Amino acid sequence: MRQDRVSALLADVPAGPLRPWPRHEVDAAVFATIAEALGAGERELLALWGEPGRVHMAIRMVGEMPCVISTAVVDGRFPSVGRWHPPAIRPERAIRDLFGYEPEGAPDIRPWLDHGAWDRSAPLGAAGPAVRRDPADYEMLPVIGEALHQIPVGPVHAGIIEPGHFRFTANGETVVRLEERLGYVHKGIDALTTDVPIARAAERVARLSGDSTVAASFAFARAVEAALGITAPPRAAAIRGVMAELERLANHFGDVGAICNDAAFAIVLAHCGIFRERILALSAAVFGHRLMMDTIVPGGVAANITAEAARMIVATLDALLPAFDEIVRLYEDTPSIQDRTCGTGHLAADLAVRFAAGGPVGRASARDFDARRDLAYPPYEGRAFDVPVFTAGDVDARIRVRIGEIAASATLIRALLGTMPEGPILAPVPEAVAPCEGIAVTEAFRGDLLVWVRLAAGGRVARCHVRDASWFQWPLLEAAIEGNIVADFPLCNKSFNCSYSGHDL
Amino acid sequence: MAMMLDLALQLVQITLLVAIAPLIVGITRKVRARLLRRRGPPLLQPYHDLWKQMHKEAVVADNASWVYRRAPYMVFAATWVAAGLVPTYATGLLFSWSADLIAVVALLGTARFALALAAMDVGTAFGGLGASREMMIASLAEPAMLLIAFAVALIAGTTQLSAIAALFATGDVGLRVSLGLALLALVIVGIAENARIPIDNPSTHLELTMVHEAMILEYSGRHLAMIEAASHLKLVLYFSLVGCLFVPFGMATGDKTLPALAIGLATFVAKLVAFAVLLPIAETTVAKMRVFRYPAFIGSAFAAAALAVFLRFVSRGF
Repeated sequence: MRQDRVSALLADVPAGPLRPWPRHEVDAAVFATIAEALGAGERELLALWGEPGRVHMAIRMVGEMPCVISTAVVDGRFPSVGRWHPPAIRPERAIRDLFGYEPEGAPDIRPWLDHGAWDRSAPLGAAGPAVRRDPADYEMLPVIGEALHQIPVGPVHAGIIEPGHFRFTANGETVVRLEERLGYVHKGIDALTTDVPIARAAERVARLSGDSTVAASFAFARAVEAALGITAPPRAAAIRGVMAELERLANHFGDVGAICNDAAFAIVLAHCGIFRERILALSAAVFGHRLMMDTIVPGGVAANITAEAARMIVATLDALLPAFDEIVRLYEDTPSIQDRTCGTGHLAADLAVRFAAGGPVGRASARDFDARRDLAYPPYEGRAFDVPVFTAGDVDARIRVRIGEIAASATLIRALLGTMPEGPILAPVPEAVAPCEGIAVTEAFRGDLLVWVRLAAGGRVARCHVRDASWFQWPLLEAAIEGNIVADFPLCNKSFNCSYSGHDL
Repeated sequence: MAMMLDLALQLVQITLLVAIAPLIVGITRKVRARLLRRRGPPLLQPYHDLWKQMHKEAVVADNASWVYRRAPYMVFAATWVAAGLVPTYATGLLFSWSADLIAVVALLGTARFALALAAMDVGTAFGGLGASREMMIASLAEPAMLLIAFAVALIAGTTQLSAIAALFATGDVGLRVSLGLALLALVIVGIAENARIPIDNPSTHLELTMVHEAMILEYSGRHLAMIEAASHLKLVLYFSLVGCLFVPFGMATGDKTLPALAIGLATFVAKLVAFAVLLPIAETTVAKMRVFRYPAFIGSAFAAAALAVFLRFVSRGF
């Protein structure tokens, strides 16, 4: 009966006001037991976040509908999940920084998002006076051994990329340990989406990370719709699908090129850069914005696809895909680049499962999960599409997942455009009469992106939390680089392509 | 008077190299950009960059010692002298008696030593990383370079570049297996020494993969300009080395008549441009290799050069 420990615990607990998943309010003891079950691999952790007075975690058993477990914070404390389940450590540290709640028994209570430069401590909780620290004053995990040396990299890098600090401990060229320190692009998204009109919250969620703006808006819109009990019109759902796949195409093109460029094989980037640009220009022509920002709104979409635009999209795909196939052949037929990608940055399959790693990171390490299929939502419900899964777990596998998804996305776009229903593209969004909650997951190009939202009466967002896929991929990068050489880190890092902005909130 | 002329001709060579080196680098960048479907920077951009750096403030780390400040000049001086010794458009110039292949190798080694010291001087992680990688590459490339010198010397009977070039330019030596092997080895050593793909990527922004760039990350202003100019010179040095050893045709070997010198100059520049076009074409077709594969790659240069030497011992015909 061990497998059903969590179900047994939750059987008597009434489900709360969340839609569409059940939310169970439990006491600290049950919360801790469920955390222990997570650690034993009985469930996977989808998200862990806080709000004043409460901590929530979204968990899922493979093949079942996920649920949210909430516990009240008593005396500013809640049972640590990270104690049992390492993927929860960083979210917990973030909760501690933002709300000031102590995770009891947590293995790691170093600040995560708060680098000591905020003007107040625990800004979403007690909001006490700031405890200013030197941002550089941060205790890295100890590494013991002979002939080891440290290489600090960042947060300011030689290239124009987002900021993050990486501390390598190496023995010559071989990496013994990598520790990440993130949080440099904290924008206060949780605070900025607290008690604001829905439209304002939608804009802010859309700006969490520019490359995933469609997926974030999509998830936010669906969460709001779920809370209000409405659905977007079928045509709006199909258009959302086209946008989400276009975003995936643009980013995957960019990633395939950028990964090869990190091995100084710039010819792939040169061509993939053009492919990405073509998609962005297409998006601008069809939807009026290169990244399609703010085009998905609660209730539907803000931009329609005309018959002319649909033909334009198909024509662009017809031109790009054969050209991309040639680049794929070039990648496959060049031994020097294959030598760099194959076997580099291996991520073990059990770690991918343990951290519930989504997106190409998980699927390259045999974790067969795609939110579009496994937590199906319109317009993907009932549609068959390829979800490429590889078992090698190396940089090459992560490239191949992306190559496979590019083909699958193009097929999906064609299918969506071919069966585009007629009708309105925006449903009226009623004002909530009473507080209500909604949650939704969409498949961004990085993996599953979760949005939880609580609406207050009168068309306002009371609280909102966005969890980017990167939260559970960043820690895996630390594992994947171990035993590799320092010079291969950029390649591994780019093959993960985790978000800084999306993670730092 | 003859002395003055010789001195003038030698000065022409020395100044020509410094003057033309940024242009040659500009050509390689332009060609690479065109191959990558970019428009690329103007051909003269390296000159503008040097000019800009010369006029910028040189920021120096607080803990930098005199080594760090002097090294750029030392690197530039040693590289310039080495480049000035390699016969370019004419043989038998004033300094040609000192234009020994081994001396060139030693001068380049001196420049590298100074740069590696300076890289470690300020104590940043990247400086140490770059210096250690550079030394690993050098420990593989220098023996190969010496063997190339011996292979060529066994044929020409001297390590003096001017004499070798003059002999090879006559065409009496003909096609030889050992020379082919030496050329292969020299190309590989040249790629490694000049921090080109697949050993190093001169245009990367990724600190962790850098070799040469990692060593000079902390440099700025006139110091950086000196190092950049030295690396331009080094590329031209290797181009002219390949030119004078393996395609010495067109060089003014006999009397220093004006037409002969003009032909020598024109062919030299043509050779440089040809190499500057070929290099990025080769670079575009390969990815950078893993750090731990350097020994195999540069080792193949050593093996080829060693084979060239052995072949000469086996038979004079090779």
